[in-house]
Amino acid sequence: MSAKSVTTASFQADVLSSGKPVLVDFWAEWCGPCRMVSPILDEISAEHGEKLTIVKVNVDEEPQLAQQYGITSIPALQVFQNGEVVKSIVGAKPKPQLLADLSDFIN
Amino acid sequence: MREVIIIGSGPAGYTAGIYAARAGLNPLLIASSVEAGGELMKTTEVENYPGFPTGLQGPELMEAFRAQAERFGTEVLLDDVIEVDLTGDVKIVKTGGGQTFDAKTVILATGAAYRELGLPREKELSGHGVSWCATCDGFFFREKTIAVIGGGDSAMEEATFLTRFASKVYLIHRRDTFKASKIMQERAQANPKIEVIWNTEVAELLGDPKLTGIITRNTVDGTTAQLDLDGLFIAVGNDPRVWLVENQLELTAEKFIKVDGRSSKTSLPGVFACGDVIDPTYRQAITAAGSGCVAALDAEHYLASVK
Repeated sequence: MSAKSVTTASFQADVLSSGKPVLVDFWAEWCGPCRMVSPILDEISAEHGEKLTIVKVNVDEEPQLAQQYGITSIPALQVFQNGEVVKSIVGAKPKPQLLADLSDFIN
Repeated sequence: MREVIIIGSGPAGYTAGIYAARAGLNPLLIASSVEAGGELMKTTEVENYPGFPTGLQGPELMEAFRAQAERFGTEVLLDDVIEVDLTGDVKIVKTGGGQTFDAKTVILATGAAYRELGLPREKELSGHGVSWCATCDGFFFREKTIAVIGGGDSAMEEATFLTRFASKVYLIHRRDTFKASKIMQERAQANPKIEVIWNTEVAELLGDPKLTGIITRNTVDGTTAQLDLDGLFIAVGNDPRVWLVENQLELTAEKFIKVDGRSSKTSLPGVFACGDVIDPTYRQAITAAGSGCVAALDAEHYLASVK
């Protein structure tokens, strides 16, 4: 299942008010490493979707969200819990490392 | 058992794939899960690769390399090698995805990884104003003030590229001359948004949780100064990626994989190395490609000799 795209308008409902942790993948079309990491996130979403919701934000279309959360490098993966950023992962990483980084949320 | 496993997917790895596949060796090329294509995936315009008189994009070039390798039967696996045992006649290669392969020969084309400045909080600020990839992150610095550290071709390219976004780009170098090629230097220095700061290094990174500036130190007289910045791009060179093999293969004093003369033969039979991981000097896409060709031919001769 491909991750849902979130916009500035839907960010409150989809991310900040969510009852379970949400991983937001800040990405762009022109970002090669983002294209490598997105299928890995789709796999993680399929395997652990019950515990962790995965959504994406296109920084070209939603620059204000990227700015608000201090994104200066993509891919940037931020996990939100109760409306707060609780984990920030910068750069494309292989799946085993991502799973390790996210272990607090999926185990 | 495989005849050849190639580790790495830059110009060296894919060229080794093209030659090994055309020699009928059915190579397996392990490309990395998130960095397939290597360094050129992070560049923009490539103007010096022969055969493309009008230039092309780095990622486009790497896609063509891959397509050509696959056309002749190279099997490309998007996974990361996490462990190798190269000491025996049968070489063993394990991946992060949990697969184990064995092969008669291994070609190492693992390239080089960017070098850090070695300053406190550098990792912490990475992605928060500190970057190693202008093409990835330049977008976030529209109308901002940034600095590029370095004096080689990649520093020139990054500085020039970043002027598309930034309002001001300082190019900071610890010496009084650049090592970069003349055409790249001239292009950077002619750009009105770029200001060169000579004989200067970064002493400290400022800002929390985001970079807000740096303390610079003059390398001649030791004077320090504060420079306010929104972003810092580090382009101070690369180190060969040898961690997989450093306990099994002989390395040079500079920690590159040691090869025999102009060949790709390492200190172990059946193990060959090519590209940036053996090259402290030239480090070009075309020299890496040539070196990948050498490695495939060496592997082919070796396989014929042990049959």
